[in-house]
Amino acid sequence: MKKKVLSVTLVLAMAATMLAGCRSTSSDTASTAAQSAAPAEAGTESADADAADTAAAAQTADAQTGAGIAKDDLKVGVIYVGDENEGYTAAHMAGVDEMEKTLGLSDDQIIEKKNIAEDESCLDAANDLVDSGCQIIFANSFGHGSYMLQAAQDNPDVQFCHATGADAKGAGLSNFHNFFTSVYESRYVSGVVAGLKLNDMLDKGTVTKDKLKIGYVGAYPYAEVISGFTSFFLGVRSVCPDATMEVKYTNSWADLDLENQTAKQLIADGCVLISQHADTTGAPSACEEAGVPCVGYNIDMIPTAPDEALTSASIDWGPYYTYAVQCMLDGKSIDTDWCQGYAEGADKITALNEKILPDGTADKVKEVEDKIKSGSLHVFDTSTFTVGGKSLEDAFNAGDLDSSFSDDTAKDTFGKSIADGYYHESDVTLNTSAPTFCVIIDGITSETN
Amino acid sequence: MNKTVRTKNVIHMVKRGSISRAKAWMIRGIAVLLSLLVCAVVIVAITGDNPLSVYGGIVSGAVGSNRRLWVTIRESATLLVIAVGLTPAFKMRFWNLGGEGQVLMGGVATAAVMIYLGPLLQDWLLVILSLVGAALAGLLWGFLPAFFKAKFNTNESLFTLMMNYVAMQIVTFCIVLWEHPKGSNHVGVINQKGKEGWFPSLFGSEYMLDVILVAVITILVFWYLRYTKQGYELSVVGESVNTARYAGIEVKKVIVRTMLISSAICGIAGALIVGGASHTISTSTAGGRGFTAIIVAWLSQFNPYAMIAASVFLCFMQQGSIQIATQYGLNENASDIITGILLFFLIGCEFFVRYRLEVTKVEVTEAK
Repeated sequence: MKKKVLSVTLVLAMAATMLAGCRSTSSDTASTAAQSAAPAEAGTESADADAADTAAAAQTADAQTGAGIAKDDLKVGVIYVGDENEGYTAAHMAGVDEMEKTLGLSDDQIIEKKNIAEDESCLDAANDLVDSGCQIIFANSFGHGSYMLQAAQDNPDVQFCHATGADAKGAGLSNFHNFFTSVYESRYVSGVVAGLKLNDMLDKGTVTKDKLKIGYVGAYPYAEVISGFTSFFLGVRSVCPDATMEVKYTNSWADLDLENQTAKQLIADGCVLISQHADTTGAPSACEEAGVPCVGYNIDMIPTAPDEALTSASIDWGPYYTYAVQCMLDGKSIDTDWCQGYAEGADKITALNEKILPDGTADKVKEVEDKIKSGSLHVFDTSTFTVGGKSLEDAFNAGDLDSSFSDDTAKDTFGKSIADGYYHESDVTLNTSAPTFCVIIDGITSETN
Repeated sequence: MNKTVRTKNVIHMVKRGSISRAKAWMIRGIAVLLSLLVCAVVIVAITGDNPLSVYGGIVSGAVGSNRRLWVTIRESATLLVIAVGLTPAFKMRFWNLGGEGQVLMGGVATAAVMIYLGPLLQDWLLVILSLVGAALAGLLWGFLPAFFKAKFNTNESLFTLMMNYVAMQIVTFCIVLWEHPKGSNHVGVINQKGKEGWFPSLFGSEYMLDVILVAVITILVFWYLRYTKQGYELSVVGESVNTARYAGIEVKKVIVRTMLISSAICGIAGALIVGGASHTISTSTAGGRGFTAIIVAWLSQFNPYAMIAASVFLCFMQQGSIQIATQYGLNENASDIITGILLFFLIGCEFFVRYRLEVTKVEVTEAK
């Protein structure tokens, strides 16, 4: 009997498969006619591309004389390290969408390449975008930098804009640009939120003063990340002076499991609040599970950790994409280094999770934001922290920090950026749009895996 | 005891005695067609896009422009040379799962030559030195498991697999030495200004040297396997170690010798990647190709032509996937699904090449 049931089921399954097969063939034939147009379309597209290519060359020549590219002729290429499932890239995609809307471009004028690794595939992608007729090409990850630079050398008529890199200043190419935002400002503000939560926990007696340790899941041990966690920590300390912080690195921008494990390790080490400079929801989900409050990055983490996510430090990339593409339309040259912050709307924090934050948080946040916008508050105010027990100025002059710099140029730039009682982070007149603060300050322990 | 006798139909798997080449290829052809049909169903079901235009996107992404064509050729050549490198070891039934590590070591050696000797030597000398260095580094990574296999009969699958992780750690260590800026874990493009140690362009293409080297290596390896005494010896060892001993073959020597050849070629693949394409080194330089090459080698049953076809096919799909992700806003996983379905049918059809199904009537006696 069993066998019969089995054979009937098998027959049914086979019949179903066959039917499915038939359906697919019929739908295939039905659509073949419609789609035989597809190759032809592709053909014209590439012909268009060639035409656009030559047009691009002509137009860049125009650019110097001040005439921009006509809006309909413009093609924009974007290279992403991840896709919409990864917070950092999602933020960039939102920025590109904003640019498209603001400038009134159409979807087919923007070619987006997702999941492009930080290796020769970035160069392949950039060259392919050039072949498709793009006059301006963006790439969003640090490791894309040297490939974008190479593509810029090989294609002098196309503009290349690389986020978070620091090569443009020294490259001496008129078509290679770097951009970033003053994300340290939003990290500082998110740090203030975290500090207020710590104070609240202290008041309620859930932690004691000697246990105020924050955990931080960092990506790579270099300036961008160090500057980020330092500004976050300074934000925390501005309201909760007894806090300390432990940093662990994942050596990856986006690794869900690793970020999750690292957050768990930090919690096991006694951290009572977690923040991150890595791109996935790994850490917030570990926090939700363990019941530890957390501050995210890039995107709102409240959907991931409704009971624990306080807010996220975030970047609005829209202003830059709009600016750079507008430059193409106007025939203006794009800044070699571009960096804007809170004041210009390029940085922000995501929604505050009111139900777990103490009353008055929003007011305090508003106050700090206003001070940052007006320029009366400097995040890296050297009177608020020490390095090896000394002020930043003294430590630098005594040569204590020398091992932090890759070379003498980096050291000189760092020295020049300490002025007027604060470190001029991402000040394009002194250094680069990419963060340069690479010193571990007192109160933070950072561990390279 | 009452007994009833009834007949029923059963399906038998019958091993084919021999199969004509035409018939074998017909079966494979049907498998490809079926797999494309199933893929089409999946595409329609998941995305609602027209499957033919998605296939069109894959083709355009892989060969749609001169540049795309060359990228596909470059990737196929790299995958092919690793598969070719693994072949002698597999023929000897030595499970070299360490292709990944051997490629990485070759890559590290090439990067080291470019970084340390780049400012000192002529370009052509650098290219030769990086090829030699990469071969030696790969060879070292193959020598260790081979030596222990020959001497102590250790398990080579585990040994070679573990060596991959050691290689990865060595790469991580070297990145700390070479990274820029400090702490970023990125080496960046090596010798970007002067292009010292980069493979030169030949006949107007920067990847032509890769292709020539891979072609030469492939021909040499298959000549070695088919027409030399050593090639014969290693296949005897693969068939039966005892037979080999009986015939007076020095098994230990053959194991070590074959593995040295195998791993040196994988090392050279590392040089092709670093010197010829990426000009950088990272833990993902090998990018899983050391493992994909195992599929290529076995899928093609060590037939050189099939091996070329298999590596071109896999790289074609991979490059095509980048295009459909761009064109249709699909996630790259969509093309992984397509490749998975194609591989399932291609590997599955080998069953029907070797066996046929027969329906026969048998009498069954049932006790009541």
